[in-house]
Amino acid sequence: MSEGGFSRRGVLQGAAAVGAALVVPVARGSVGGALAANAYISITAMGVELALPKTEMGQGVITSLSMLVAEELGVALNKVRVSIPDGDAPRFAPITQETGGSTSIREVYKPMRQAAARARVGLIEAAARQWGVPPGQCDLVDGMVVAGKRRLAMGDLIASAVLPREAPMRQNLRLIGRPTPRIDARPKITGAMQFGIDFRLPGMKVATLAQCPIYGGMLAGLDEKAALATPGVVKLVKGRDVVFVVADHYWAALQGYVAANVQWAPGPKTADQGAIVADLDAALAQPGHSAKAQGDLNAARGREFSATYHQPFLAHAAMEPLACTIHVTDGACEIWSGSQVPAQARADAAKALGLGEDKVTFHNFQMGGGFGRRLETDMVLRAVELGRAVPYPVKLVWSREEDVQHDMFRPAYADRISAVIDDKGRPIAWEHRIAGSSIMARLMGDGFKGVDGDAIEGAVEMPYAVAAHHVTFQQVESAVPTSWWRGVGGLRSCFVVESFIDELAHGAGADPLAYRLALMEDARSRAVLSRAAKEAGWGRALPSGQGMGMAVLKLWGTHIAAVVEAKVAEGQISAVRVTIAVDCGLAINPLGIEAQVESGVIFGLSAALYGEITMKDGAAQQSNYHDFRILRMNEAPRIATHIIASQADPGGMGEPPCAVVAPALANAVFAASGQRMRKLPLVV
Amino acid sequence: MPIILSVNGQKHSIDNAAADVPLLWVLRDMVGMTGTKFGCGVGLCGACGVLIGGQRFFSCQTPLRAVIGRDVTTIEGLGEDPHGAALQQAWEEVDVVQCGYCQPGQLIVACALLKANPRPDDAAIDEGMSGNLCRCGTYPRIRKAVKLAAGGMK
Repeated sequence: MSEGGFSRRGVLQGAAAVGAALVVPVARGSVGGALAANAYISITAMGVELALPKTEMGQGVITSLSMLVAEELGVALNKVRVSIPDGDAPRFAPITQETGGSTSIREVYKPMRQAAARARVGLIEAAARQWGVPPGQCDLVDGMVVAGKRRLAMGDLIASAVLPREAPMRQNLRLIGRPTPRIDARPKITGAMQFGIDFRLPGMKVATLAQCPIYGGMLAGLDEKAALATPGVVKLVKGRDVVFVVADHYWAALQGYVAANVQWAPGPKTADQGAIVADLDAALAQPGHSAKAQGDLNAARGREFSATYHQPFLAHAAMEPLACTIHVTDGACEIWSGSQVPAQARADAAKALGLGEDKVTFHNFQMGGGFGRRLETDMVLRAVELGRAVPYPVKLVWSREEDVQHDMFRPAYADRISAVIDDKGRPIAWEHRIAGSSIMARLMGDGFKGVDGDAIEGAVEMPYAVAAHHVTFQQVESAVPTSWWRGVGGLRSCFVVESFIDELAHGAGADPLAYRLALMEDARSRAVLSRAAKEAGWGRALPSGQGMGMAVLKLWGTHIAAVVEAKVAEGQISAVRVTIAVDCGLAINPLGIEAQVESGVIFGLSAALYGEITMKDGAAQQSNYHDFRILRMNEAPRIATHIIASQADPGGMGEPPCAVVAPALANAVFAASGQRMRKLPLVV
Repeated sequence: MPIILSVNGQKHSIDNAAADVPLLWVLRDMVGMTGTKFGCGVGLCGACGVLIGGQRFFSCQTPLRAVIGRDVTTIEGLGEDPHGAALQQAWEEVDVVQCGYCQPGQLIVACALLKANPRPDDAAIDEGMSGNLCRCGTYPRIRKAVKLAAGGMK
């Protein structure tokens, strides 16, 4: 995916490609009373155990991966017991536990099914040998190998089963494709579910932190006496740009922080919104690094048209504030937190502590939302900074204000597309310049060659065929830390490409649906767009002040289209109805797919209508849900999801729905009001 | 003199010095009941909702002293309430939950809503539930589940 060959995700995609290779031992019998199908599926006398190879943050992977295992092994879904494993790179290699880029299904689907299928065949063959019948006469049903009237429990075959090198996946599917409510719902509605922030240990202290709000600034002073005089406060730990207040409970820590009246040396105050946007605009004047150069831009003759689009920094603002419990002892460290990268978190903590990874244990949890924020490990490193200064276990809880102000934001971007239009109004040359911070550059260091492979997604493989199609990336950094955010490059690209194509359609006096279809070669993209339009009643008359807009995207094996019906009245935009058609390949759990659509639509609308972090005097200006607004229930549109049946390999579903919403809404605002939206969040 | 805090009918003895501490932190860090969630700390998100006398309160904005002598219902005790139990069942049937972090607060406020208005229409649900944020976007299914629970109540 990235040109340098280094991508946290690239590693994963490689893993998926070699699928069968990760099915570890060819013949592994009983180990401690369990038959291991691979490093994370094992069969015991009690049932099937699944150590989740991806992390759960609400996307439903516990349910969908359990379905795959239960399907192949012929057991009821409730016979699969799921555990959330510690961060452990060697155990899961070549898969990493990293959960980003909508990879929960698309990268472990085949390895999971293939490993479970091998276990199924191994168990069947063991029973067949015992009975002296051909394996073809046996099946594995409800945890029993059956052949005619003969029955043997799976658990009794553990010792004699030998796993074949390869085994076919089941053809007649019992669970896959069936709408299945998530299996981990109960503890989440009774309060029993323990998230990372809920973890407690005997003798544990609770801490909060204050980080210098100004990038590059430092701690200048504080009233230690007043802080320590606060009831319940036990200790202050000072760092270069941070203060930790340790107390008996969170509230005492927070009061201690207030009493400390912390002073900061502001540093160079380099982050300023106007200057950042000016730098992005200036970068668009540069040619940038080529990500795609198909055809000759200069050979095209026709009318020229270009437009520039701006997108803001965005916070993740998951409902569970960042929190991490740590206990550093002599020569070892134990950590409890929710991470999308538990193995990376372990490695980073070990490095910071100067310990071997085997001395660090990272206990992972279900997360109260991830959205990319917990692909970073800064919250773990802050806990390390605190933990090494105290002898007892301590839970570090970020205030919401710290969580928002010290997020690692979705980069701000400027994009410009310049096109040459033929006499029929169609683009024959298309140059897309992207300017913004590069997350991959930060991770790759010297290996970065100028093009951020994540950022250009959705721009280089857009659904429209244009003879001359060039895409460039220009890295522009500021003092603001940036990271992945739900939708990543596809999110940014889709807003730009789908807004621009809409402008071209209207410029040509064409219907936006017909115009798009005429330029699309890919049948799956055409199918989702046509379906969404049909279901939404595209073209029907709407009251004054209302309009429909559409957008389509292909990303990570998924094709998705949105039609949004918007209302513009008294300077307010609202989304009334959203219709989504999606072809994400084999639909493993349609109920989960619908949930991801609803989730992505609302997440995307929050960003489109309100999402914006701005910089002033070197600091982020927003701090909580009052000034970083997200949609409330009364603002949530009616959402209809239409899943198109497919036998293709499963694509990603966590992020594509989030990406199509903003452009469809912006195009709907144009239809409703005649105002073209080239900047997010949308303002009329 | 310790303060006696009553949660879901159970008495807990809390150090008197904690009288000004928001109920949220008394529950989470002193009693050790972590079903009630910290989301924003300033009454914007509803994750910390509890019921007192059948009404929803933001526990992050409610000092311990304000609940002396009253029983607090938290998510851990919601199933004992007929409305609460019906809502939990509807939540499962409709498959509302995603990450689940905000759901204790959503269920608490839905319970308060049904107690005040046993047959809420869409507008009443939107109005009653709009003080609670969900970042995963479970709103459409919450609407459906509240209606299902209301319809199933005698």
